[in-house]
Amino acid sequence: MSATEGTAAERHGVPEPGEPQRHRRAVSAEDTLLTVRGLKVYFPIKSGVFVDRVVGWVKAVDGVDLDVPRGSTVGLVGESGCGKTTLGRSILRLVEPTEGTVTFDGIDVSSLAGEDLRRIRRRMQMIFQDPMASLDPRQSVESVLTEPRRAHGIERGEATTVAQLLDLVGLPASAASRYPHEFSGGQRQRIGIARAIALEPEMIIADEPVSALDVSIQAQVVNLLEELQDRLGLTYLVIAHDLAVVRHIADVVAVMYLGGIVEQAASDVLYSAPYHPYTKALMSAVPIPDPVIEDTRERILLSGDLPSPANPPPGCRFHTRCPYRQPTRCDDERPALRAMAPGHTVACHWAEQIHSGEITPRPSAVVGAVIDAAPPTTVPIAGDPTITTLGPPPGI
Amino acid sequence: MSVTEAAADHLLDVRGLSVAFTRKGRRDVRAVDGVSFTVDAGQTMGLVGESGSGKSVTSLAVMGLLPKRGVRVGGEVHFDGDDLLTLPPERMRDIRGRDIAMVFQDPMSSLNPVVPIGIQVTEVLHRHQDLRGDAARTAATESLARVGIPDPTRRLKEYPHQLSGGMRQRALIAMALACRPRLLIADEPTTALDVTIQAQILELLKELVRDSGAALVMITHDLGVIAGLCDTVHVMYGGRVVESAGRRELFAEPHHPYTGGLLASVPRLDAPRGAPLHPIPGSPTDLLPWSEGCAFAPRCPNRVEPCTENPPALESAGGRELRCYNPLVAAEEVPA
Amino acid sequence: MSLAQVEATTEAAKVGEEGGSLRRDAWRRLRRDPVALVGFGIIALFVLVAIFAPWIAPYDPADRPGAGIVTPTNIPGPSAEFWFGLDELGRDEFSRVVFGARTSLLVGVVALLLGMAGGLLLGILAGAFGGKVDTVIMRVVDVMLSIPGLLMAIAIAALLGRSLLSVMIAIAVINIPIFARLLRGQMLAQRGSDYVLAATSLGVRRRSIVLGHVLPNSMSPVIVQATLTLATAIIEAAGLSFLGLGSPDPRVPEWGLMLANTQRYLASAPHLAFFPGVAIVIAALGFTLLGERLREALDPKYRR
Repeated sequence: MSATEGTAAERHGVPEPGEPQRHRRAVSAEDTLLTVRGLKVYFPIKSGVFVDRVVGWVKAVDGVDLDVPRGSTVGLVGESGCGKTTLGRSILRLVEPTEGTVTFDGIDVSSLAGEDLRRIRRRMQMIFQDPMASLDPRQSVESVLTEPRRAHGIERGEATTVAQLLDLVGLPASAASRYPHEFSGGQRQRIGIARAIALEPEMIIADEPVSALDVSIQAQVVNLLEELQDRLGLTYLVIAHDLAVVRHIADVVAVMYLGGIVEQAASDVLYSAPYHPYTKALMSAVPIPDPVIEDTRERILLSGDLPSPANPPPGCRFHTRCPYRQPTRCDDERPALRAMAPGHTVACHWAEQIHSGEITPRPSAVVGAVIDAAPPTTVPIAGDPTITTLGPPPGI
Repeated sequence: MSVTEAAADHLLDVRGLSVAFTRKGRRDVRAVDGVSFTVDAGQTMGLVGESGSGKSVTSLAVMGLLPKRGVRVGGEVHFDGDDLLTLPPERMRDIRGRDIAMVFQDPMSSLNPVVPIGIQVTEVLHRHQDLRGDAARTAATESLARVGIPDPTRRLKEYPHQLSGGMRQRALIAMALACRPRLLIADEPTTALDVTIQAQILELLKELVRDSGAALVMITHDLGVIAGLCDTVHVMYGGRVVESAGRRELFAEPHHPYTGGLLASVPRLDAPRGAPLHPIPGSPTDLLPWSEGCAFAPRCPNRVEPCTENPPALESAGGRELRCYNPLVAAEEVPA
Repeated sequence: MSLAQVEATTEAAKVGEEGGSLRRDAWRRLRRDPVALVGFGIIALFVLVAIFAPWIAPYDPADRPGAGIVTPTNIPGPSAEFWFGLDELGRDEFSRVVFGARTSLLVGVVALLLGMAGGLLLGILAGAFGGKVDTVIMRVVDVMLSIPGLLMAIAIAALLGRSLLSVMIAIAVINIPIFARLLRGQMLAQRGSDYVLAATSLGVRRRSIVLGHVLPNSMSPVIVQATLTLATAIIEAAGLSFLGLGSPDPRVPEWGLMLANTQRYLASAPHLAFFPGVAIVIAALGFTLLGERLREALDPKYRR
């Protein structure tokens, strides 16, 4: 597979540093750069004395469909154990998928091998979470930034120079001769970003790009990523657990839980009106730096712990902790992603009823001030004697 | 008012605390410089800062947990009439765990991996309340139950790695509160946890502190956590307290450019999507040397001449404290 | 920061301010370390003595300048003429100890190089390929480790005859599994790092990743081990010669052999055991001191 012809031709080479105008590529829903279908990544659990036998599977990713339109930013959020990092890595074939397909610009990445796979890596890059661990401590910055070009046999004149890359990410040219340990965390992350854009990729998967950084630096890197997207026409898949960051940067957000996507919607919609109980709980758990809001908001607390991905619950994977759980369907039927509105999908059997207020959460799961004493709007659900009303459905 | 009288008014009274790390043949590193604050019983105080702010070192100094060699501690830490910095080690050991307890950030490294949870909890009870055998086990089970660990009797025998992150942190809190201390210091207790677990733990802390009437010092970099939990807030930068205020006042009207900058740079869940982030330029490690002025000056948009000449003095006004030559004026004005 | 981080700040002097690669950092740290300098000094002395032996020693080690003086009951100790005294055959002990440095250095270095070559080769194969290759190699290494070194040495001496070469080979074989295991362990650990993942995602070829990234980052403990192995090789060589597995020629000045020949005279002529013994200890000490300090200097814990 050859180089990034389409993008390079349109851009006429790398933009000059300091170029004032920003051009954003039109985001068209039909022009999907990345398509993931039915992706599963299962890790074998081995045990044995002389020879290892497989005794079980850790189902890190358990059937995921995802579309990333060209030029957009898709956010993937979830807590630890949800499989988002594994998903990101399996898209790039850094981890081998067990099942499913990954299609990048029409090419089936999941079936490529050897040289073909190596070449297509030029077009899809990754930014890692820990800036210190993702840089070889023995490599100078210059070597880090020229290694991609050397690996693909690109001549020096045809590639973005080290100086240009450093300038794009806001580092001084003198950084080239130094070593990773001489920089701060935020600067190292910029080096990592410079490395990722060295080959002029079309898509970048950012795995927790800011979570290892100090709060006041996070905004710098987020802004840098946005700026680079404008200048270089990049497509992003941002994987993070920090919902506020993802809300800010992503166009579309998908929420993952225990290996599957439970809800997906445009960023604004997801944050203002989530459907899935897990999304609701997640939103209500994020602290907001505003005492007035914090004092009056309602929180939905989840009970118990995350189940083990080696032994996910039957039916809906979330039902063991769900405050809205119902006696039927939840524990034996795994919900599929269904469209609630254009571009908004949810994997929940009772999504409509929860949204309309027909089904309310267990009172023990909700803490915080009650907004107002509205008259009861629930229909008592058979089997739950403690149902009492709590006013409008919890949200932000 | 005599010194001892003033000291007895507050549960914890820190005055002019300073901590310097000395290195052979090199300049001292001053991690904490002239920090003062007070905590009263039943109050929750927040200590906010990023890396290099000195917030963790402050709490370690209060607890007397800093290494002896290579560290120089100055100032006074009055707890219940005693200056903790001058107490002999045996008395300090008595106070730790019984009167003042601490919860750390990473539960996995704070718990002994080869000792069952039950023994780690009863160890605390044994040391301070001299409980043994069945009495200790019962008390341990109760404290595990109090922090919301299900099936506590069984958990007593389990090892830390058998518990989830949230459970471990609860166990740590149980250990800290086992002897019902009057002051609990929590150093980034939820930073390593998932956000939904964090919400559970913070609710737990709120409840326990309310029920026991203890005072809580919450150390964190997360302004959202502070907003939901603390009565008073002290913002630290470069080893000094740069601003102190009540919770509502601080968020509504930050005076110090650092506080304002922090609030403007943190992405908020409830902010509209297009709202820009205003980062603070530079890095928390871009500090001015101590003698030369305000530590934040290299990054401060409000910088004026005096800022790089002398460190600003602490000024009190209207229940708030501030160290700044050129503070932010109105509430809405945020440095661009 | 955590308590551990606070402690790290107070302990190590941070050298990073002046910039430069980690090797340069380590070198700077070592240069200032008095213990390391002492170790290095001893090694330098040892090497110089070994190289310049013919100029330093007044006599050839086979010469018997004191043949007329020495009797079974009178073996003179140190004197103005013979600094370390004479041995039971009237040879100058000082000259023999000095030339013994040559032998020990030769044996130590050759044994180390052979052992390293074999061990590193196995280690690289196991570390780079993993999987079945790794399993097979590690089982072989396990077997090698489980055979007592002494038995191995005796077997080799039986096969190849008693000579210094047998001693060298025996020591090399003992050390092969040590280096193999060490390098393999380091490589496996490095292979799991994020920077290896990053290089893979960039499309760097696997061979380049192993040779250019994994291997260089795995070498620090190997270097330390090499220094320490040299120390033990000297002692092991002396031990094997002492037991008679080395060169059977009594004229060869090997410290261990010299020790063996003096057993009868321990009470009457203790200087015959003292000087070779002290020489062994000091030589080994030099390498050990440097090796230990090298380990600390290269330890990533002190890197930021």
